[in-house]
Amino acid sequence: MSAAPAEPAVLLEAIHATRVLPGVVPVTLVEDITLKVHPGEFVAITGPSGSGKSSLMYLLGLLDVPTSGAIEIGGVDTTHIDEDARAAIRLGSLGFVFQFHFLLPEFSAVDNVMLPMRALGAMPIARCRERAEMLLSQLGLEPHMAKRPDQLSGGQRQRVAIARAMANHPPVILADEPTGNLDTASSQQVLSILRGLVDEHDHSVVVVTHDMELAARADRRIHIVDGRIASDASNRREAPAV
Amino acid sequence: MNLVIDIALTHIRSRMRQTLVGLLGVATGVGFSVMMASLMEGSQQDFIDRLVDSLPHISVSDERREPPVQPAERTYDAVRILSLSTEKERAGIKNPFAIIAALEGWLPGSVAPSVQSKAIIRYAGRDTAATVIGIDPKREVKVSQLPTQVTQGSLDALYKASNAVILGDGLASRIGARVGNTLTITTSGARPLFAQVVGLFHAGVRQIDDNQVYTLVKTAQILEQQIGLVNELRIRVDDAMAARDVASRIERQTGYKAVSWQEAHEDLLSAFQIRNAIMIMVVGAILLVASFGTFNIVSTITHEKARDIAIMKSLGLREATVRRIFVLEATIIGALGMVVGWVFGFLLCVMLGQIEFKTGFTDATRLPLLYSPWHYAIAGAAALGSSVIAGFFPARKAARVHPVEIIRGAS
Repeated sequence: MSAAPAEPAVLLEAIHATRVLPGVVPVTLVEDITLKVHPGEFVAITGPSGSGKSSLMYLLGLLDVPTSGAIEIGGVDTTHIDEDARAAIRLGSLGFVFQFHFLLPEFSAVDNVMLPMRALGAMPIARCRERAEMLLSQLGLEPHMAKRPDQLSGGQRQRVAIARAMANHPPVILADEPTGNLDTASSQQVLSILRGLVDEHDHSVVVVTHDMELAARADRRIHIVDGRIASDASNRREAPAV
Repeated sequence: MNLVIDIALTHIRSRMRQTLVGLLGVATGVGFSVMMASLMEGSQQDFIDRLVDSLPHISVSDERREPPVQPAERTYDAVRILSLSTEKERAGIKNPFAIIAALEGWLPGSVAPSVQSKAIIRYAGRDTAATVIGIDPKREVKVSQLPTQVTQGSLDALYKASNAVILGDGLASRIGARVGNTLTITTSGARPLFAQVVGLFHAGVRQIDDNQVYTLVKTAQILEQQIGLVNELRIRVDDAMAARDVASRIERQTGYKAVSWQEAHEDLLSAFQIRNAIMIMVVGAILLVASFGTFNIVSTITHEKARDIAIMKSLGLREATVRRIFVLEATIIGALGMVVGWVFGFLLCVMLGQIEFKTGFTDATRLPLLYSPWHYAIAGAAALGSSVIAGFFPARKAARVHPVEIIRGAS
């Protein structure tokens, strides 16, 4: 009798997740979403405006709580845990990159990258600085470490935001329209970095995007329409059988 | 540096103008509170010091608290007595020197006998009512500040002339008398007595300076037509604040009415209590206004920082951490304001202390101020406490910000 193939590990899972905004007329943002994100996977979530892509990302990122269904991170159901526990998971297991860089304006690039590490408190401050400088160097920002966000270009800010998302080496990085505000050259740069996070740094990346080129470079593309998954397909071409 | 402290200090540094306004608000509150407390308590203490210095701490008179029980009442208990002559007591304290000796056995202070007499002073055709107090200068030195208050002549000069008197300077100027002049003292039933002015005194309290005359005990006894009379024991205790307790013990021991300086000026001291309550309310109001400033500033910062709060929370900072950041900002503003306010309050007091000031009743030439570390500690603690409370509410509101609402809004 042959053994059944082992189910690949799941980092992030939505199980029939539904989010309804209460009100006189309740609005359904996402409905009955079930998906899994595995280690080393680059997932693009696409869909028209208002389809619920960002709302799904907020649910996956524990920034919002599903009205029904569940979100599991590393096999742990996060639906019924308190806000502090969700914050702790966000800090240690998830990294965020938003459309607008959302860096703290009074802090330098290196201080912004250090912020999640200092909040986690797992390393002394000198080590946090070392790692922040290393991450910024990897992203080509060595000359700009001491600059504040207002002294950086849009592409540079977004790279600082990516470095910040990588700071605590989370298994999953969630990005919401990371190239939405960038010119073509900067978009290409960010796209390559995100691809590199998966290929070279063992992160899984879930990116919400309108950018078809970005979506095309993902391993998997989930298309959302009216809050529901319309399609979930792999972009990888299977190697031809020899 | 701790992340919370680092973020709080960065916010404060990057909003220097707002920080400065908040800081100055607290500093002004603390400074004026310190000044008010110093001024109010200083003037109160100064007034009490003058009272305590210029009068004996306890005055034992030949009166009794309760009317004396008549012999018929003692004999026929609970019977109403009509048309009986009351027993007449001789004026003055009985066996005064035996009482003085008994009191000196335990009393923490000194005792001096005196004779008080109401009289009319006449000089150069002018009449004025006065209280003539017969004293023993050797003992008086121990019970009052009179020797230091004599501005012309000396207390010992009372021994150097017959019927010598020392006048309050207010009284002397009212009748136009000077040292060396002879005036007439008249009491009811006695013949006018010619007395020589051998000195003037200035107690600094108008009521005393305008109405009192000092002479020797024997001269006052002549005016009262009663040799050996002592109708008041003047007592000074080592601790002026203990005068009330000592007075009540004397009263229990001797049966004579013993009035402490606190009892004699109870109305005034009650007025001080009301004044202190007003002071506390005014100081509280000043600090409350200052705390509204802090509230306003922390509210503004949290409002402006709503996006940063959302970012921090989305990164995984806990609500308590975010709350601590803004409470700490308010605390830092409060603490800096407190320190600046202390310096400001001290300088205000020093400046006020330079101002010459005069009332009709006392002759204080400078505003009396009391420097007490308690004023600084209380004003500082109140400012710091109100800043923390003022910071807490906007901080709590900030910590409860739902990051998605802000991120959606920004997107």
